[in-house]
Amino acid sequence: MHDDPTDPQRHLRDFIVTNFYIPDGQPLDEVTSFLDAGIIDSTGVLELVAHVESRYGITIADHELIPSNFDSIGALARFIQRKRGRDGGSNGGFNDRLAR
Amino acid sequence: MTGWRVDVGFAAGEAEAEIARITAALRDTVLGRLHRRGAVIALSGGVDSSVVAALCARAFGADRVLGLFLNEAESSPDTVRLARRVADQLAIPTADEPISPILEAVGCYARRDAAIHTVIPRYRAGWQCKLVLPRVLDGDRLPLFSIVVQSPDGEQIVARLPHAAYLQVVAATSFKQRVRKMLEYYHADRLHHAVAGTPNRLEYDQGFFVKNGDGAADVKPIAHLYKTQVYQLADLLGIPDEVRERAPTTDTYSLPQTQEEFFFSLPYGQMDACLLARDHGVPPSLVAEALGLTPDQVARVYRDIDAKRAAARYLHAPPLLIDPPGIPGGWGP
Repeated sequence: MHDDPTDPQRHLRDFIVTNFYIPDGQPLDEVTSFLDAGIIDSTGVLELVAHVESRYGITIADHELIPSNFDSIGALARFIQRKRGRDGGSNGGFNDRLAR
Repeated sequence: MTGWRVDVGFAAGEAEAEIARITAALRDTVLGRLHRRGAVIALSGGVDSSVVAALCARAFGADRVLGLFLNEAESSPDTVRLARRVADQLAIPTADEPISPILEAVGCYARRDAAIHTVIPRYRAGWQCKLVLPRVLDGDRLPLFSIVVQSPDGEQIVARLPHAAYLQVVAATSFKQRVRKMLEYYHADRLHHAVAGTPNRLEYDQGFFVKNGDGAADVKPIAHLYKTQVYQLADLLGIPDEVRERAPTTDTYSLPQTQEEFFFSLPYGQMDACLLARDHGVPPSLVAEALGLTPDQVARVYRDIDAKRAAARYLHAPPLLIDPPGIPGGWGP
């Protein structure tokens, strides 16, 4: 479904499933709200921010820490792609990180 | 629903009745159910602990209430001064238990400072610090803490706290509440008293306490009262003006920090009203009109209330049993 290696969705989903508890039967698609579904709380968001900054080589400004950027896999993937596009070629070794 | 009147406080005569109801319940709970003979209260010089001490003095008699002064190196000078004033007025016995030596010994300050240092390398012991949250009213920012540090020269640096540093700062700082509780239970055991906790409804409901720290107690006499109501009781109980007029503070970090900066998104009167309205299904537009806010702001406060309640479930949870043994006559829920 997300075979494009530069599409963050698959990697984000793996990170969420590995690091947070998803109860049996809890859907986790690209529009599932992390906060409404109780998957991630504010401490979890901190963990997610650290992971995204590290993995994708981007720096997230305070004003970008809003639910519309962080509250679902789809929203976060789009945010990351916007940031990478904005950063141009200076992607902080993003492709290297993907290859790990 | 059209129009909504903010009506959090007690009506005329209700506050006196509430004082009588709480003091009767304290006697029943502490003497009758817990079989303890009085109460120990940590006095902070704030209105909540002062009201709890006054209620306990009415319930058990002043000589069966012990007020504790549990200041540490970073406490406000007002804390002990106002706490003493309240204890003197109530004529209750007191004990001084400065906790800085214990906090030093367990590494409270050193562990906290080490975590801050990873974020702000210039930070040194001797600088002051506090945690702050973005203001809920100002926008839709996720509630992630920043650390504010101040050098001895007054220079301030603000930085967002990453995950590991945030957890360590909170874990280290929570030694303060947990050490205080340990000493409260020492005195309670020594005197065969119960420990009276001091959270009001906002704090209890929203999880503004440290688990097994200030969240621990044998009885919590004002946990059902909105802060507005606590102030009404304080007035009737004769709590000194200076205590009633003091801005609610965490008194936990070395830089002055209001409860609004650290936890609640509004001044207590508006916060009381929003919590009441949230629980009664009042639409944000009506609350906004009554409080002079916008509907979007009230909707954000509602979401913040829900998120804090969700986080507070862990704080309120007792130790969970895999297979409850069902002790006959036990203390089941």
